[in-house]
Amino acid sequence: MSTVFIAFQTNEETRPIIEAIVEDNPHARVNEAPAMVKIDADGRLIVKRSSIEERLGREFDLQELHVNLISLSGNIEEDEDQFVLVWKN
Amino acid sequence: MDMQVAKKKLGLKEKYQVMTRDLNWTPTYQKMEDIYPYVHYEGIKIHDWDRWEDPFRLTMDAYWKYQAEKEKKLYAIIDAYAQNNGHLNVTDARYINTVKLFLTGVSPLEYMAHRGFAHVGRAFPGPGPRVACLMQSLDEMRHFQTQVHAISNYNKYYNGFHDFRQWHDRVWYLSVPKSFFDDAITAGPFEFMVAIGFSFEYVLTNLLFVPFVSGAAYNGDMGTMAYGFSAQSDEARHMTLGLEVIKFILEQDPDNLPIVQRWIDKWTWRGYRVLTLVAMMMDYMLPKRTMSWKEAWEIYFEENGGALFRDLSRYGIRMPKCAETIRFEKDHLSHQAWCTFYNYTAATAFHTWIPTEDEMQWLSAKYPDSFDKYYRPRWEFWREQAAKGNRFYNTTLPMLCQTCQIPMLFTEPGDPTKICYRETDYKGMKYHFCSDHCKEIFEHEPEKYVQAWLPVHQIYQGNCFPEGTDPSAEGFDPLKAVLQWYNVVHGRDNLDFDGSEDQRNFAAWRAQATRNV
Repeated sequence: MSTVFIAFQTNEETRPIIEAIVEDNPHARVNEAPAMVKIDADGRLIVKRSSIEERLGREFDLQELHVNLISLSGNIEEDEDQFVLVWKN
Repeated sequence: MDMQVAKKKLGLKEKYQVMTRDLNWTPTYQKMEDIYPYVHYEGIKIHDWDRWEDPFRLTMDAYWKYQAEKEKKLYAIIDAYAQNNGHLNVTDARYINTVKLFLTGVSPLEYMAHRGFAHVGRAFPGPGPRVACLMQSLDEMRHFQTQVHAISNYNKYYNGFHDFRQWHDRVWYLSVPKSFFDDAITAGPFEFMVAIGFSFEYVLTNLLFVPFVSGAAYNGDMGTMAYGFSAQSDEARHMTLGLEVIKFILEQDPDNLPIVQRWIDKWTWRGYRVLTLVAMMMDYMLPKRTMSWKEAWEIYFEENGGALFRDLSRYGIRMPKCAETIRFEKDHLSHQAWCTFYNYTAATAFHTWIPTEDEMQWLSAKYPDSFDKYYRPRWEFWREQAAKGNRFYNTTLPMLCQTCQIPMLFTEPGDPTKICYRETDYKGMKYHFCSDHCKEIFEHEPEKYVQAWLPVHQIYQGNCFPEGTDPSAEGFDPLKAVLQWYNVVHGRDNLDFDGSEDQRNFAAWRAQATRNV
C-alpha cells in the first residue's frame, strides 16, 4: 500500500494538531527531524477538526493548517470537519 | 417585531463556488479565442473547464488572512535572528556557502515562477485554475522577497552575496537553473503547468526544501529555516494544484495522454538535473547533515513519487523514463558534482573545500557502494597534492550539455569511471549532451535548444569580458577578465574556504561573541 504523509513545523501551534492526528490514526508513524515533524501512514491519513478543537479549547478552521504546513502527499478530500489524505492503490 | 435570525454561514464548497466560479462571465462582444489565444496550439483538448476541482478551495479573502499571518511570523523570526547576530551561531562558516548557492541559484527562480504563473493564469479560460494560478503567482513573489530580505543580512558580513541578480544571468553554473526556468516559461501554458506545477512542485520540490531547510535549522540558521518553511507552507497548495492540473487534463480527453507523458518525462529529467546542486549541498556543504541525498531521493522520489505514479497509472501515465538512470546515479551524483566544483572553484562565487576525515567517514557509511571505491581516493589525492602546494585548479573550460547546460561530468549508466557523451547533428552543426535524456529532449525541439546561451561558448566567443577588453593583448588573462565581467572578486569571493576572508572574519567575530576582548 502506498504511503501518504503530512509534515509540519515543530512549534507550539502544531503540537496539539500532531497529537490529534496521532490519536485519530493509530497506524501512523511519526518521524521527527530538525524543526519538523513528518507523519507517514499507509493508504490514508485523517485530520479531524473536532480532535484539534478538543485539545486547543477553541474553534479551529482546518484552513489554519496552512500556516505551519511544510508538505504532504496523496489526494486531498477536504470539508469543514475533516481533511483526508489518501492513495487509492 | 421580526426576529433577528443569524444568516447561515456558507459551507466551504459553497463559499468557494460563490467567490471563484461565480466571479466568471462569458464574453459576448469578443471571441473566446481572441481573449485566450494560447490554449489550443499545444494540442491539449479541454471540453469542460467547470470540471476543474480545486481541492483546497481557498478563496482570496482566506488567502490574504493566512498569508498575512505567515508573514508576521516570518519577519518576527528574521528580525530576531538579525538583532541577535544569529549568523554567528551557525555550525561553521562553510555552511554560509549553501546560502550563497541558494540565493544565486534558487531565489531568482521564485521570481520567474511569479511571472510564469501570472502569465498562465491569464491564459486559462477556466476560473478555478485562474484563481489557483493567481495565488501561486503571489506566493512566488512573496518567496522571492522574503528570501532576499532574509539573506540580505548575510550580505552585511560575508562575501559572495553582493551581486546575486547579475550572477544569475552571467555565471556559468547558474545558467543551469536559469535555463531550466527560461525553458519552462517559454513553453505553452499547459506545458508550463506540467513542468513547474507538477514535475517540479509535486515530484521534486520536497527534495529541495524539506531536507535542505531542515538541514539549515540543524546548522543553526534560523533565517533560512524561517523563509524556507514559510515558502514550503505555500508549497503544499502548489503541489496540490500540480496534481489537479494533471488529473484534469487527462480526464478531459484521451488524446492528451501522450502529450502529457512526454512532458512528464522531459520535466522530471530537467528538474532532476537542476537538483544536482542540492545533492551536493546535502552531502558536502552542510557541516551537520540530516540525511544523504540518496536517502532523500529514496524517500521523496522513489517512495513518494512511486505512490504518485501508481495513482496516475489509472489514466495510463507511467513512471518517467529517466527514473532508471537516476536510480543508478544516486550513488554518484553529489560526489561528481562537488569534485567538479572543487576543480573549478577559481570561477565560482562561493568557496569549496575537501571533506574532513569525519565527513569522509559519513560519506563512506552513506554510500557504501561508491564512495570508498571511486571518490575517497580522489579526495585523498587532492588533499595530498594541496599539502605539497599543488592545489589543483582546472583551467580548461569544460564542454557543456546543450540541453541542461551542465558540464560533462556525469558518467555512463553502469560505468562510473567513464564520462557519458552523446551527440547529434542538426542543420550541419554538432550538438553535445550529457545523457540520452537530454539528447532526446533536444531532438524533439531542436529549434528551441539551438538558441541556448551556453556560458563556455560565450566565453570563447569573447562575449564575457568587460567592455573594451582586448583579448589579443599580451599577457591577457581570460579568467581574470571573465571574473571582472561577473563582478566576482578574485581571491575574496572564490577559491578555497581555507584561508578565505569569510573564514577569518567568522572566527574573529565568534571569538568576540564568546569572550571579553
